[in-house]
Amino acid sequence: MTSRPRSFYVLSAFFALFLLFLYGPVATIGILSFQGPGGGLTFPMRGTSLHWFRELFTQQAVGDIWGSFRRSLALGLMVMAVTVVVSTLAGLAFRKRFRGASVLFYLAVASLVVPSILVSLGVGLLFDRLGLPVHWATSGFGAQLTWTLPFGLLIMFAVFNRFDASFEEAARDQGAGPGQVFAHVVLPLIGPSLIGVALFGFTLSYDEFARTLLTAGSRNTLPLEIYGMTTNVTSPVLYALGTLTTLFSLAMIGLAGLGLWLVGRRR
Amino acid sequence: MTDAALADPVPARATAAKRRARDWQHLMAYAQAAPLALILLVFLVLPIAVIVTVSFWRATEFSIIPAFSLDNYAYLFSSEVVGRVFLSTFRYAAITWALTLAIGFTVAWFLAFHIRSLTWQIALFLLCTIPFWTSNIIRMISWIPFLGREGIANSALMSWGLIDQPLDWLLFSDFSVILAFVHLYTLFMVVPIFNSMMRIDRALLEAAHDAGASGAQVMWTVVIPLCKPGIMIGTIFVLTLVMGDFITVRFMSGSQSANVGRLISNDISLLAYPSAAATAVVLLASVLLVIGLLMRFVDIRKEL
Repeated sequence: MTSRPRSFYVLSAFFALFLLFLYGPVATIGILSFQGPGGGLTFPMRGTSLHWFRELFTQQAVGDIWGSFRRSLALGLMVMAVTVVVSTLAGLAFRKRFRGASVLFYLAVASLVVPSILVSLGVGLLFDRLGLPVHWATSGFGAQLTWTLPFGLLIMFAVFNRFDASFEEAARDQGAGPGQVFAHVVLPLIGPSLIGVALFGFTLSYDEFARTLLTAGSRNTLPLEIYGMTTNVTSPVLYALGTLTTLFSLAMIGLAGLGLWLVGRRR
Repeated sequence: MTDAALADPVPARATAAKRRARDWQHLMAYAQAAPLALILLVFLVLPIAVIVTVSFWRATEFSIIPAFSLDNYAYLFSSEVVGRVFLSTFRYAAITWALTLAIGFTVAWFLAFHIRSLTWQIALFLLCTIPFWTSNIIRMISWIPFLGREGIANSALMSWGLIDQPLDWLLFSDFSVILAFVHLYTLFMVVPIFNSMMRIDRALLEAAHDAGASGAQVMWTVVIPLCKPGIMIGTIFVLTLVMGDFITVRFMSGSQSANVGRLISNDISLLAYPSAAATAVVLLASVLLVIGLLMRFVDIRKEL
């Protein structure tokens, strides 16, 4: 192995600083959430305790955290399922030629670049004009899909750009019908990417704020609840909640990773 | 016609079957694309149409009234305050873009060209992307203990004797807004640029070196031109996210700075929907203008 150039060490240091920049702040609130009961929002730590986590489970004053968590979880799963199915179907459609394909593609890209507050405001106004009540499971759900579907579609493009169609042809030559080709050839090949799409769908929904702001109605999702807390909660209970939901997100990433590993091992 | 068919019936039947198969394929394509098209129609196209419509309406204190009035736009384009807010939005976008590009490019460069084993490349790359899957609001909140008057930064600087009293501008200022933007969005630069770099044929770099190019020359004449699509995609993401933001500016500036997104959300909280809608239309137009310009330089579908 040849020796490393000096730039390698400079860049390594830069990269390490970048990681510190990415993770440092979150790690800090992770530590601070174990403040003693008399501790404040910054260092020094006044003892260590689980006091603020216990507050989350007992205190009424922090609002409807668990209700909003359940709603975010349900919404995340709904968005995940629809994102996986709809973007897979659309990915399959785009492999063929059809009229309006490029319009639909640019619409999906537009969906990605339209500022989220426009979607929030627009969906809110639309429901208002139609006389429908806004609710997280209807208007909120749809508004979030405009953010997760384009991501899912772009992933499917990346997948099918690298997809070797000769496997399908081989299966078809052996007499497999379209359904069989999809179930036994295409699906196993794109399976790992679908886990990725599912992860995108769930976490983007679970953390989404702007698009749900005007479309969730009177019952908050978790990010909305947390944002509400920032204006009136000035104790480390906020950090405890932050730590818990970050751990939850990390668990989801871990679960997706585990899924990928299992799928990979089965081959 | 009939003669030909009689003489050679098999190909005729074959083409009919082929045509049927093709029609079936078309039908399938429409059916598969329909759900996406429907969702985007209902939750993107219609809502924007409603916004455009409402932007011409009038508002009273209690309700909004259908009308065709250009008042909302007249106000937007004549108000000096609005002009300043738009300018500051563009300024946030430009500064954040420059910083995320510099950092993102450097990080991607390090991962793509200095890390030699693929396993490590993937592992470090994933390490960079994990924060993307966690909550933006939590990531913003997490700056408070760092930047506050009694935060880590101030106490460190004071204990080193660099400053005598805490710096006020660390938190709730334009500085903290930009810092949060860079913190949240650098990832959107790293990922596409890294993707572009990984596709560069290493032989090109060797050839450039062998031809006597210096490291800087290789970067400017080989790597950057080949990374342009990645840079463009990252740019599109960062610019649209910053220009459409309203929550980062509000939270990190402690409501002391404004951008267009905040202008809109303030109008919304005052139930001034027509005015909010008009501002939203102008914001959308400026975002699409910028993106339209950038899209001329890159074919996104080919780059995935």
